[in-house]
Amino acid sequence: MSDDTTADAPADTHGDDHGHVAVDITTLDAELIEGPSDATADIAEYALWLGDDSLILAQQLGAWISRAPELEEDVALGNVALDLIGHARSLLHYAGTASNKTEDDLAYWRTEPEFRSLHIVEQPNGDFAHTIARQFIVSHYLFELYSRLRASADATLAAIAAKAVKEVDYHRDHSNQWVLRLAHGTDESRRRMITALSDLWPYVEEIFRDDPLIDRLEGVAVRPSSLRPAFDAAIAPVLAEAELEIPRGFVASGGGRTGNHSEHLAFLLAEMQVLTRAHPGASW
Amino acid sequence: MTSTITPATSAISVEEQQFNDLIEADSRIEPRDWMPEGYRKSLVRQISQHAHSEIIGMQPESNWITRAPSLKRKAILMAKVQDEAGHGLYLYSAAQTLGATRDDMTDALIAGKARYSSIFNYPTPSWADMGSIGWLVDGAAICNQVPLCRASYGPYGRAMVRICKEESFHQRQGFEILLELMAGNEEQRQMAQDSVNRWYWPALMMFGPPDDDSPNSAQSMAWKIKRHSNDELRQRFVNMLVPQAAVLGVTLPDPDLHFNEETQQWDLGEIDWTEFHEVLAGRGPNNAQRLQRRRDAHEDGQWVREAAAAYARKQSALTTTLEMAAS
Repeated sequence: MSDDTTADAPADTHGDDHGHVAVDITTLDAELIEGPSDATADIAEYALWLGDDSLILAQQLGAWISRAPELEEDVALGNVALDLIGHARSLLHYAGTASNKTEDDLAYWRTEPEFRSLHIVEQPNGDFAHTIARQFIVSHYLFELYSRLRASADATLAAIAAKAVKEVDYHRDHSNQWVLRLAHGTDESRRRMITALSDLWPYVEEIFRDDPLIDRLEGVAVRPSSLRPAFDAAIAPVLAEAELEIPRGFVASGGGRTGNHSEHLAFLLAEMQVLTRAHPGASW
Repeated sequence: MTSTITPATSAISVEEQQFNDLIEADSRIEPRDWMPEGYRKSLVRQISQHAHSEIIGMQPESNWITRAPSLKRKAILMAKVQDEAGHGLYLYSAAQTLGATRDDMTDALIAGKARYSSIFNYPTPSWADMGSIGWLVDGAAICNQVPLCRASYGPYGRAMVRICKEESFHQRQGFEILLELMAGNEEQRQMAQDSVNRWYWPALMMFGPPDDDSPNSAQSMAWKIKRHSNDELRQRFVNMLVPQAAVLGVTLPDPDLHFNEETQQWDLGEIDWTEFHEVLAGRGPNNAQRLQRRRDAHEDGQWVREAAAAYARKQSALTTTLEMAAS
């Protein structure tokens, strides 16, 4: 039967393959599996920071698939989620080399305080404007992060960043477009966009906060505070065109990097881990 | 179009003769070609139903995206459900080439006036259902759809080529999920068998009623929209499943299934068409839920679509103003 299909199907001819993930491609890139060496404990911790951000955000975006405002967005948000889950798998796999754990051991068998995600990615999907505001903030941050992490002294992190930066560049563009559409669309969409940006902005500061871990990883990790000027410069023209102002108000105290999470994470993990934890030792 | 000029005499028009010649020669009918109104209607019905099936069909699987038991499975499932949205898009586009509008098709779906494949009115209570949907439901869909790649209407046939290519991956990943479960612990094997028990008969019903009870089949076959009868395709599917079930180690839930030496085919037991008609009539397990969820997504997204349309209008007005200023 699949022979029939192959015979009838010509070579794929569509031009832009971004986000087109054939479901038979399920293994990690070879260079990421056969990394030059195992991660040290500090590098593993840093890989968890970044891997958990991607994993939690992918988990949230995955929930949009089949619920998006239009089919094109089911596809687009699905693409973003798939890219992020790919980054998460590479990073968690690498983090696991320090403790002889698999990506799934780390994703499914850690408890909430063991996660290292930022509060911004833990914020719920909300309405479409909240999802877009969260994407706008996070994709711009990730783009600046991975742009610099390409020069990491750690070859595996550099390789992951080199692949990821091209993908988050699309995510950045996708969110920029939607910020403009919602801000200049209807009165309702503008009101919702302003509310969403104001609801998400309190979680921006935590993204750029430094930590003693970063001091120990000079040349390997990217110092979060060093990304703030580039982030501000990148979002400014979009916000200006959208005629949106940076909200002034609350600043959330954060704490995700040390395992102090938002109230949302426990629910998200309960759902994500439920089946795996019901069958310890099972293979899927 | 020009279908109103059908002559009063028994002679057929030049256009109709050309259409018949194209069908006879196994050529493609393209959007600008003349076609009988019945052909157009039949295609819009079939293609839009197929598109709706892809869209409603996202729900039983998206049910497990957030709970997929490994990151690899999560990625595959996301990619698969996302493919289904893409299939819906190609198919709505193909129907649009026949004069249908996406808004009308969506409204008909949400109003409960359009049909979609009844199989998606069944629930997915277990992870193994992701395996059964791939192996049995996508498997049946491929048997139905591969011949449609040669459907006489060009845009439909071409959309089906792309769709079938992706469906074959979907089927393979479903088989692989079940294979993994059957190689697992007792609970996992039970999960897989239970799921196959629930999906086997509904999957066989996907080919539609028996040939002697299928009102639209004969004309569709004459027009070469459809190439094989429901029963032929169903038989082909079962012949394919039996050896695959043996590899998996699952039992197909049909005590009367046996190999017929004379026909060299697997004869199946009687299908309970009462259930098929019940689900079709809106009395299946999840009909109401599927429609409600689609309506909710559509209505929740209304303000977003309005914003995008308003923004596009403003941008286009701005471009016009700039062009006028420049000239």
